[in-house]
Amino acid sequence: MEICRQDQALEIRELDPFLAELLRQVPESAQPNDSPAAEERLFSAPAAPEEKDLCSEWKVYVVPELRRLFQSATETVRQDLQQLQCTDKPFANCTLRIPLAHTDAWLSALNQARLAIAATYQFSDHELCDHYRSPLGSRRDLSLFQVNFYGFLQEFILREMEGNT
Amino acid sequence: MSQLLRKHEAKFAATLVIDFPRATLEAPTIEKEEATKQEIEMPWNVIVHNDPVNLMSYVTMVFQRVFGYPRERAEKHMLEVHNNGRSILWSGVRERAELYVQQLHGYLLLATIEKTV
Repeated sequence: MEICRQDQALEIRELDPFLAELLRQVPESAQPNDSPAAEERLFSAPAAPEEKDLCSEWKVYVVPELRRLFQSATETVRQDLQQLQCTDKPFANCTLRIPLAHTDAWLSALNQARLAIAATYQFSDHELCDHYRSPLGSRRDLSLFQVNFYGFLQEFILREMEGNT
Repeated sequence: MSQLLRKHEAKFAATLVIDFPRATLEAPTIEKEEATKQEIEMPWNVIVHNDPVNLMSYVTMVFQRVFGYPRERAEKHMLEVHNNGRSILWSGVRERAELYVQQLHGYLLLATIEKTV
């Protein structure tokens, strides 16, 4: 896999089918779905529980707005990911182009996915810092690899954005 | 003439007696003003809490964007969050503090507001 800046886009080249599949899972992984832990993390409380009025007003007025914001980002990412649906050679390496105008949406969607997965699997600090752990073994290990891979992409996007300013 | 004067005086006195309780009824307004003043004197803090998932570079970028802090100051706060578990990013009036927390939640940071003690 190779990542580089090409004109007004970031290009992820030579993306193997396994990593391409992980990328395809970004929008789905960003949804809290049936995980209360993920829901609680993505829509965390704005104050201590004693601030009852603020917390309840937040749920009514702010949370729907945040939900719309997050969904808009994942929708942009979903559209970019359509490039990965190559039907002629299903197991060939492919290239993904992320327009620079979409980098904020990608940062948000990758972050939503990482936080939702980490909350669902309750990864410890130690697990999250262990970058040498093998991704093979269990669904949990694969999810940890997913969190780290998405983090690597976030880091690259941030570096490119910084270079752009 | 003096009788009429006395009559007016009596009426005036009666008005005073009637008006007096109204004056006492307005007292709670002053208490409310004191409460507002107290709220202004006690600002709200915007606090960001540590989160092992959010990248340090990402958190720094968010602080720069939301608060307009220069990179050095944003990094200082990010390290404070990382090392101490939390950092006070901003203090001031409640409405603005709420707005900042909303923006930070939009970037998926763990942020809360709390009254200064």
